[in-house]
Amino acid sequence: MSDRRVVITGMGWVTPLGTDLDGVWKRLLAGDTAIGPIDRFDASTFSTSFASEVKGFDLRAHVGDLADAHAEAGISTKYALAAAMSAVRQAGFTGDKAPNPARCGVYLGAGEGTLDYDHFMATHVAGWDAESKSVDGAKWAARAHEGMNALLELEQEPHLTVSHLADAFGARGPAFNCMTACAASAQATGEGAEIIKRGDADVMLVGGAHTMIHPLGMSGFIRLTAMSTKRDDPTHASRPFDAKRDGFVMGEGAGILVIEELEHAKARGATILAEVAGYGSTADAYRITDIHPEGKGAAAAMRWALHEAGIDPHATDDTGRPLVHYVNAHGTGTQENDKIETAAVKAVFGGLAPKVPFSSVKSMLGHLIQAAGAVELITCVKAIETGWIPPTRNLEHPDPLCDLDHVPGEARDLNPVGGVEVCLSNSFGFGGQNDTVCVRRFRD
Amino acid sequence: MDRRRVGITGLGPVSCVGSGVDAFWSSLLEGTSGLGPIGAFDASGFASKLAGTVEGIDAKSFVPKSYRKATKVMARDAELAVAAAKLASDDAGLRTRGSEDGDAGFEIVPERTGCQIGAGLIAAEANELTRALVNSLDDDGKWDVQRWGTAEGGAQGMNNLPPLWMLKYLPNMLACHVTIIHGCEGPSNTILAAESSGLLSLGEGARVIERDDADISIVGGAESKLNLMGLMRLELLKRLAATGDATDGSRVVKPYDADAGGTLLAEGGGILIIEEMAHARARGVRVYAEVAGFGASQSDLRGETGLELAIESALRDAGATAADIDAIFPTGLGLPAADAHELGAFKTVFGDRLGEIPVVSLAPTIGDAMAGQGGLMTAAAALAVHHQTLPARIHAGTPAAGIDAGAGGSRDAALGNVLVCTTALGGQNAAAVLRRAT
Repeated sequence: MSDRRVVITGMGWVTPLGTDLDGVWKRLLAGDTAIGPIDRFDASTFSTSFASEVKGFDLRAHVGDLADAHAEAGISTKYALAAAMSAVRQAGFTGDKAPNPARCGVYLGAGEGTLDYDHFMATHVAGWDAESKSVDGAKWAARAHEGMNALLELEQEPHLTVSHLADAFGARGPAFNCMTACAASAQATGEGAEIIKRGDADVMLVGGAHTMIHPLGMSGFIRLTAMSTKRDDPTHASRPFDAKRDGFVMGEGAGILVIEELEHAKARGATILAEVAGYGSTADAYRITDIHPEGKGAAAAMRWALHEAGIDPHATDDTGRPLVHYVNAHGTGTQENDKIETAAVKAVFGGLAPKVPFSSVKSMLGHLIQAAGAVELITCVKAIETGWIPPTRNLEHPDPLCDLDHVPGEARDLNPVGGVEVCLSNSFGFGGQNDTVCVRRFRD
Repeated sequence: MDRRRVGITGLGPVSCVGSGVDAFWSSLLEGTSGLGPIGAFDASGFASKLAGTVEGIDAKSFVPKSYRKATKVMARDAELAVAAAKLASDDAGLRTRGSEDGDAGFEIVPERTGCQIGAGLIAAEANELTRALVNSLDDDGKWDVQRWGTAEGGAQGMNNLPPLWMLKYLPNMLACHVTIIHGCEGPSNTILAAESSGLLSLGEGARVIERDDADISIVGGAESKLNLMGLMRLELLKRLAATGDATDGSRVVKPYDADAGGTLLAEGGGILIIEEMAHARARGVRVYAEVAGFGASQSDLRGETGLELAIESALRDAGATAADIDAIFPTGLGLPAADAHELGAFKTVFGDRLGEIPVVSLAPTIGDAMAGQGGLMTAAAALAVHHQTLPARIHAGTPAAGIDAGAGGSRDAALGNVLVCTTALGGQNAAAVLRRAT
């Protein structure tokens, strides 16, 4: 087995609550939210007309003149570039200190880019033949040729985000993009860490970026009845674990981490933020529409991550405290997810489960879909760094099926009991993809 | 501790030259091209009117009775993956949840079975979407987002989309359907990187087995861009050859030829069963070839160099050198810039010896099956190693000097180590060394 350890040396995010690492963290601890009516397009007639949007984003403010080379990139790719720049700077990889390109890779869970709506819609409508009630290929193609643009189409390919990041930061090693829905960027982080452990790279840029805040993205989830419809009260719409929860709230953004082989980080004197101690990945193999009712796959992913980290979920320290100090929930705010995830945490920790703080930052950030896992993993590292745990906002009406310590309403200072050493971050995707990443305070 | 080794024990090719090992391999030996006029829709408005269509694949016949209803929410891409996975599973002699009562085979252990299936971005089916869109037009006949919204309920706007509409188009649905059908509860992933999706997925699957997180995995990829949006995107990106009135697809794709004018699109599913070697030996299944080495790399944004890094990594991983490679199965799509990148990488790695190594691009035969390509190429290479036979090669032009990529019939060949490698629009490169199983 490999004895190469993987540590986190840089982090960056672009979120609806801001782009500054500490600034967003403070807002999360304050239980703040940016959820409100959608600005991006006219969603006034949509049954879910609100979301958690990134506003006022300007790539140049984050990456300077590098923005020129990526001016045509899609929105979520630009989020990824900005987040990666923060992460790379924090890791100290700027200027002449860049890593060896062949030993540096990129593994993202980046989502597809947004459609070129004007031409996409006009082309489909122009192609419609009312008589046969079907699309006429020739008419469709003629309209497509009038407006569709090669670059705008290319930039919708999800792996282009990887291409942009690799180009911007000089990575020529292994390059992957995965799309396991809401689990994608957690999976990318886990698999990226495996690439380093095996010795196929020393440094990886990992994480994800995504936006589905556009008409068909919203429509798809509305038809699935997966999103909250609290149109009158958006700031209280995202309410994971609350009895009155009625679905998730769409968010957008990016989370990127620099992960690195321990000796490589030490040799260059990098500041180590935390260790990627374990990663578990499973499939429910149950149904495309539903989570396994007992959370079998979710529990297996958590157990696997803990096993890799060498942590016994049933053990406590001398003070009776469980060894895992925080579980960052997938916690979407759908009826199904929250009760099943709670059951899965109970299955893993047994009698200790009530003593493990288990909150959802989606109550504040919304659901960043493919970017969620990486952004939430960063909150775990911040918890380790500060000893504080972010709350679950809007948890006001306890649900008997979600009866663990969800840290309702207010952030919690764990420094008096010894701070935060170990966190799990859960990410589950449509179709039964389960990923759990375990991060631990770095100790030599 | 010795590294856990990985072999290929099942092949599930679904292609325009035939599906299943026998049909696929005999077409490759004969050198018949599957590229011809597009029949799936009216392609008269496109510059590229020839493509490779997969015929005779109905997802319903590849799933258990209880799962037939779910085929209604499968995009074509998922149907190809589901069919290819079933063919591969049967070829490997596996008994899974997808087997019928009474089927023989080796019973898989769900927790020890993974699934890494590469996919592409799936375009919404044009008829289904447009039927809904045209209910929300304004007075000028333009789609109107306000009319699309259905906050007040009713039967208009987006309510014309089936409730599960979006699920049909999530790329991870290929792997999800396969894991559900066959009951694979181990690590599962969906990698998107155009033509490299399949080989990257195979590589990751092999790593998962090597690190002891699974014993068996269903790997590869599938995709069908043979629809209006898919074909248009590739045309706009200048990937496809203009075909005029030609009907013979075998004369169009010319790998490593300076006069090449582009490639032809195809549908395809290339799914394989990979398995830990001792596990395969213990149950007595034939091993087509060992996945002896894998490597991946990223090109610069212009895509001029980078493949050599993936090949060198794969060789190192296999404990081999360039001198050990007896044949190369590259993408070779007949795209001048991409082919030049590949050729440059081969010259860097193999030097003057390149001219002595047979280079087998399947693109003139099976077209460019995008995410399906890597799995189909690996299946062909594995069969070549297994049978110690090179498939026939089609080439209607003249490959560049110094590379043995011209036309030729199938022939016996001593194949100890074979290189499979892919490049992709976007710059992701993958390489694998397949070794004759001993």
